[in-house]
Amino acid sequence: MSATDIHDPNRRDFLYVATGMAAVVGAGAVAWPFIDQMRPDASTLALASVEVDVASLQPGSSLIVKWRGKPVVVRNRTEKEMKDGEAVNLADLKDPIARNANLPSDAPATDANRTTPGKEAWMVMVQVCTHLGCIPLGQEGDFGGWFCPCHGSQYDTAGRIRKGPAPENMAIPVFKFISDTKILIG
Amino acid sequence: MSEGHSTYTPKTGIERWFDARMPLPRLIHDSFVSYPVPRNLNYMWTFGGILSIMLVAQILTGIVLAMHYTSDTNLAFDSVEKIMRDVNSGWLLRYMHANGASFFFIAVYLHIFRGLFYGSYKAPRELLWILGCIIYLLMMATGFMGYVLPWGQMSFWGATVITGFFSAIPLVGNWIQQLLLGGFAVDDPTLNRFFALHYLLPFMIAGVVVLHIWALHVVGQSNPTGIEVKSKTDTVAFTPYATIKDAFGMIVFLFVFAYFVFYLPNYLGHADNYIVANPLKTPAHIVPEWYFLPFYAILRAITFNVGPINSKLGGVLCMFGAIVMLFLVPWLDTSKVRSAVYRPWYKLFFWLFVADAILLGWLGSQPAEGAYVFMAQMATLFYFAFFLIILPVLGLIETPRRLPNSITEAVLEKNKGGSGHPAGATAAPQTKG
Repeated sequence: MSATDIHDPNRRDFLYVATGMAAVVGAGAVAWPFIDQMRPDASTLALASVEVDVASLQPGSSLIVKWRGKPVVVRNRTEKEMKDGEAVNLADLKDPIARNANLPSDAPATDANRTTPGKEAWMVMVQVCTHLGCIPLGQEGDFGGWFCPCHGSQYDTAGRIRKGPAPENMAIPVFKFISDTKILIG
Repeated sequence: MSEGHSTYTPKTGIERWFDARMPLPRLIHDSFVSYPVPRNLNYMWTFGGILSIMLVAQILTGIVLAMHYTSDTNLAFDSVEKIMRDVNSGWLLRYMHANGASFFFIAVYLHIFRGLFYGSYKAPRELLWILGCIIYLLMMATGFMGYVLPWGQMSFWGATVITGFFSAIPLVGNWIQQLLLGGFAVDDPTLNRFFALHYLLPFMIAGVVVLHIWALHVVGQSNPTGIEVKSKTDTVAFTPYATIKDAFGMIVFLFVFAYFVFYLPNYLGHADNYIVANPLKTPAHIVPEWYFLPFYAILRAITFNVGPINSKLGGVLCMFGAIVMLFLVPWLDTSKVRSAVYRPWYKLFFWLFVADAILLGWLGSQPAEGAYVFMAQMATLFYFAFFLIILPVLGLIETPRRLPNSITEAVLEKNKGGSGHPAGATAAPQTKG
């Protein structure tokens, strides 16, 4: 044991650690663009909102627009569909949360919360089954809403999951009526 | 085994010149000519060689297919049809590549089951086994991304469902999913990156294969008795014995492969993949390629929430957990005896496990409803029980049969009773002391 074995942190240790840290930060900075390029690019994000003209939609008819690569259904619901939707007891719902991106994340899944104030006839919804991403068929199934042919999930007239393996109500995207006949989705 | 002295002697001037500078001929000689292999290897030990040629075949057919393929969502489907109809021999190359993937997986499953039956994963071969598991994972990623490239309905919806798994991860799930897709749904950016990665991964597999073989040549091959090589009489030289046996195994395997390529080229595929991808219409029944079906069945078997884990996340965790089990096998199996030949109870449970895996595969191809769901839940339960309960407990309570003292003794014992071969016959020298 000589005196030189006694190891006090000194200037050289500081330089080693500082160099190591700089190398780690540098490696991270170089790695980041390689990960960053994987994220949705500007042209994809530019399509993140679409404008839909719904002037021609009579009650009982729907149209489908592609938004972010997914089908979004815009449906002008009939009186009966709205009544059916309102008549549902919240306790009967598998997923009691509205899943409406325009509302707080804990809003209850009432029929009104699945639509937008003053436009309760209109359903604007990502028509993608919350189970494994299939596209449900409209106005089919036991609840008169949507029926997913893949694994038999059934949704009611407000797009709420009622039966089958899907865990959640179908998602309502961010949208607003920019005029009486125009909807901006996204 | 590798520590044995090299028997390579360069004969010509050029060989001596090489040997002094970069002894590649010596490495090849020591690895594939004079390398000692256990004398009792059966045909289940030929799948390593078969897998090697399948990897080479996939890379070769894949490279030439890439010369005609276009990874643009508007052109991909048509470019595959062009390969089938217009490109000279294109139909053959594509069918070889598509069926080659299936046969690659057939061989790898037989290779894995061989390892499980004969306890090939036990010390000192844990790392060898784990490298194999990594190859298997890379193969699954490659196979999945390759299936997306033709841009048919199953390509698109398979990719949607599988990338959807990642959205089940709490908090960062959606971010990860968008990172994988390069958008909000499977689209052009997804197809392009899958093509790039599908081209890259086979070379990564080749790299891990080199490590796998390196590890194999350090610890030596296991064998049907599970007893380590003890003396020179326990082994024969790689060439000609293993070389010829491997070659014969390859020929038989390639016969079956060729039968599928020429007579049943679409048997293992799905008809819906000849319909161009439509993001607005889901096929009635989404199924992955057959080699993922057992895991797909496990995914769908979890239909219930467990505490804070909902059914979707639970299914994804179980599916990945099913693969993690393989990585842990060397430490889950507590038995000191390697080979199932000397473990009567393990042998029984091994075959039950094989039956369970096949049952899961069949269930994965059926709709997830009614009795199928319950059957899949029971089969999933057995799958995990095999690894987490049966393997650890059996090693502690099972009484193994008497082990022979050496490979040579086992071979001679087996060939003692009235084989009908005249003594001193020149055939089957590996069976003689």
